[in-house]
Amino acid sequence: MRYLPLSTADRSAMLATIGAASIDDLFIDVPAQAVLDGPIAGLPNHASEMAVERALVKMAGKNATASTTPFFIGCGAYKHHVPASVDMVIQRGEFLTAYTPYQPEIAQGTLQVLFEFQTQVARLTGMEVANASMYDGSTAMTEAVFMARRITRRAKCIVSAGVHPHYTAVLNTLTRFTGDVVVTGTPSFTAGAPGDDLASLIASIDAETSCVVVQNPNLFGHIADLTPLADACHKAGALLIVVVTEIVSLGAIKSPGEMGADIVVGEGQSLGAGLLFGGPYLGLFACREKHVRQAPGRLCGETVDASGKRGFVLTLSTREQHIRREKATSNICTNSGLIALAFSAHLTLLGEKGLRHLAALNHARAVQLADRLGRVPGVTLLNGPFFNEFTLDLGREARPVVRKLAEKGVLAGVSLGRLWPGEKALQNGMIVAVTETATDEDFDAFEDVLDEVMA
Amino acid sequence: MAMNDVGRPTRLVAGTGAVAETFTGNKALMLEEPLLFERGSLDTSGVDLPAVPPVPDRLGGLARDAVIGLPGFSEPEAVRHYTRLSRQNYAIDLGIFPLGSCTMKHNPRLNEKMARLPGFADIHPLQPQSTVQGALELIDTLANWLMKLTGMPAVAMSPKAGAHGELCGMLAIRAALDAKNDPRRVVLVPESAHGTNPATAAFCGFSVENIPANARGRVDLDALLARLGPDVAAVMITNPNTCGLFEPDLKTIADAVHAAGGYVYCDGANFNAIVGRVRPGDLGVDAMHINLHKTFSTPHGGGGPGSGPVVLSAALAPFAPIPFVRKTAKGTLELVEEDTAGSASPDSFGRMVAFHGQMGMFVRALSYMMSHGADGLRQVAEDAVLNANYILTSLKDIYSAPFAASGPCMHEALFSDDFLDGTGLSTLDLAKAMIDEGFHPMTMYFPLVVHGAMLVEPTETESKANLDQLIGAMRHIATQMLADPDAWRAAPHFAPRRRLDETLAARKPVLGWKNQAA
Repeated sequence: MRYLPLSTADRSAMLATIGAASIDDLFIDVPAQAVLDGPIAGLPNHASEMAVERALVKMAGKNATASTTPFFIGCGAYKHHVPASVDMVIQRGEFLTAYTPYQPEIAQGTLQVLFEFQTQVARLTGMEVANASMYDGSTAMTEAVFMARRITRRAKCIVSAGVHPHYTAVLNTLTRFTGDVVVTGTPSFTAGAPGDDLASLIASIDAETSCVVVQNPNLFGHIADLTPLADACHKAGALLIVVVTEIVSLGAIKSPGEMGADIVVGEGQSLGAGLLFGGPYLGLFACREKHVRQAPGRLCGETVDASGKRGFVLTLSTREQHIRREKATSNICTNSGLIALAFSAHLTLLGEKGLRHLAALNHARAVQLADRLGRVPGVTLLNGPFFNEFTLDLGREARPVVRKLAEKGVLAGVSLGRLWPGEKALQNGMIVAVTETATDEDFDAFEDVLDEVMA
Repeated sequence: MAMNDVGRPTRLVAGTGAVAETFTGNKALMLEEPLLFERGSLDTSGVDLPAVPPVPDRLGGLARDAVIGLPGFSEPEAVRHYTRLSRQNYAIDLGIFPLGSCTMKHNPRLNEKMARLPGFADIHPLQPQSTVQGALELIDTLANWLMKLTGMPAVAMSPKAGAHGELCGMLAIRAALDAKNDPRRVVLVPESAHGTNPATAAFCGFSVENIPANARGRVDLDALLARLGPDVAAVMITNPNTCGLFEPDLKTIADAVHAAGGYVYCDGANFNAIVGRVRPGDLGVDAMHINLHKTFSTPHGGGGPGSGPVVLSAALAPFAPIPFVRKTAKGTLELVEEDTAGSASPDSFGRMVAFHGQMGMFVRALSYMMSHGADGLRQVAEDAVLNANYILTSLKDIYSAPFAASGPCMHEALFSDDFLDGTGLSTLDLAKAMIDEGFHPMTMYFPLVVHGAMLVEPTETESKANLDQLIGAMRHIATQMLADPDAWRAAPHFAPRRRLDETLAARKPVLGWKNQAA
């Protein structure tokens, strides 16, 4: 077996050193009724690299891939071009096969990357500090709500209906037994500002409110000035948590920090990761410096070594579960270190100039397609301002339309019915995302088949 | 060398000779690398993009005008930046990484290749299900392996790491109790448990009580049985435990917990010791997470991503989170999400992540399992246990081994620094000395139940020659420490950095780079 270096002779020699007659002697603590006397039934035996590859290639071949199809699906995961050198960087064995940097003297590579990553995330979100990553955007959002409760000592969390419903679902699951009260509504499906509920959010803030959670751009692609909401939160002693699921948008639109956010969480998948059928992704978490001791997750900080050289370590670990146990700020341990590296490397390759260009390109292409699709008979573009994602009202149930478009070879978008199966008023909606990867031919194909299906 | 001029001051300590003996600060292959923010420029990009079509923007007056502060590199500069940084890391690819409780085994490259197949890597989680049948098949196949290997009837695939899996299992327990209107809220946790266990229980609204260990390093059975009662919701137990020992009474414990109306959560972090030889389902476990990044070789990546599927007993299966994959009557595979959960899984406690879990890790883990097969996985456990016992036997005459007298260990050997008493040296000094010998140290000061703990987990992917070299070095260090303690207080001497000042880092945190203007 190719991954096991011990030879039969090695095993015998080692058993002799130990003083055991057979390997079974080392498992004497296992009760007899639980001992299996041979390989588990119903599973195949070992296979060659060639055989495994053949089987998995066959499985992979049954999926329609984004790069071989006109592709316009977003809603929390976006298809962006990832430079080849990013994958080369994360396949360096020294990054790929290292552990959490608990021995900083021999983990400065990982630690400096995390320090750079934290700085990049803080700047991108317009915040003062960021942590070393969380599992994904949805779990980062939940951690932010917990953090707001610790800071404000209030338990009522008001969630905008424009937040990705899967994120809100995760929040609802994870707050069931923590004493947090989650208040949310049904999204509006109105022309000009779909999903926008800023006025009602402001009206519902009260003295019990710990935080308001709002997504920008929201799930429907709408973007809004959050400054009035931030002011209303702060006047009431509550925190504003802003969720960003398309991080490339921050190369074009004002950052949450500039609009008054107290905590910014996000999904970092757009840079570095790829689509990956939903994971592993990258939870981003940024906040104000004064709140950092209430933050979840790992933090990397600068220090000096015994000879005075700059170096980096994991720090403020007294917040964490391995020290604080049941009083920890979070139960998180493993995070998304390698995806944070991919994100950071991609952003380093882009630089400010490249990120702004990428964001402008995404926006302009989305504007072009939105206008084309909005002219298809029976289709209405709902958005006023948006970044690279918009909502179409198809005037009929969107879910079968999406399926039909897929049959005709266009992965066109996400039906609101899939995300909000219970909400009748939303069933005609389809959310379309446009990135730099979509070509003019893809646009033509989309318009043609939509025209055909709608006719 | 460019250094941060407003963060931590660089102090040159006279006489150490550690800094700037060369013009560049580099020492041959040991290369210093400045921060991205000290070298990059806002006008440099390593990515070429098509021109932006000239259309009026529709940003509603929200365009970002101010400078963000994100320097860029051209591709050659970026590749060199990260390659240089990578060389300041220790990694499994460089040598033995005997970090107890972490299962740092070889990460096969076939897994990486398979995870990058476009059919797995380039698909969107919200594509129509008819276009991702192969992806659902992969998840379903992996789920089948996990259920068969653990002897459990169900598995929740979506948790993103071990602690997230614990949360999944404990939420299932809480949901099962609530379904019966059963108000029990106490969770018993052995004092040797991972810190995630009590933290997780607290997030599910449980209060945590510790159960002591006995002199043999196992859960004190009498103390545990005596504590069971109508207020105990669950016992969280790690098996093999964090002392590297099998809990022989787990079945007895599980039967007693069930008889008392509670559930058994097993922390599966140490499954590598028993995979293919023992099925947790045969021991009465109700829920157990499996760290795919430990037992099933998905890379640790310098701190994640992980993946923590949770196998569940029949009693807990109805409460499993959505989404999950099931076969339809037509033989196709279906993802049960919000729209179908009401009929397919009415008792599900809900959703734990935005999408379907760590697909990239699922591909790697399945590639690993198929490579080993049922016979090879059994050999994995046997070799992992053999390697650990070989280390235990070869060091216990010098190193204090608190539980060696009670018999063999499982996949990791536990030592303490008692043998250094009187030298002024401790586990930390020994670990740092190992760095100079070219090894990653063992886990230090965990489990907490052993003072000055050193937990050594070699894994099955180390050869006998590697183990002999590690043993030789550890014997040498220990012997020399006892003979001349003063020579060992300042290691490491040869690493990219000497000991780092963690107190300074925590007292006044510098968590990001700040330039003069900021």
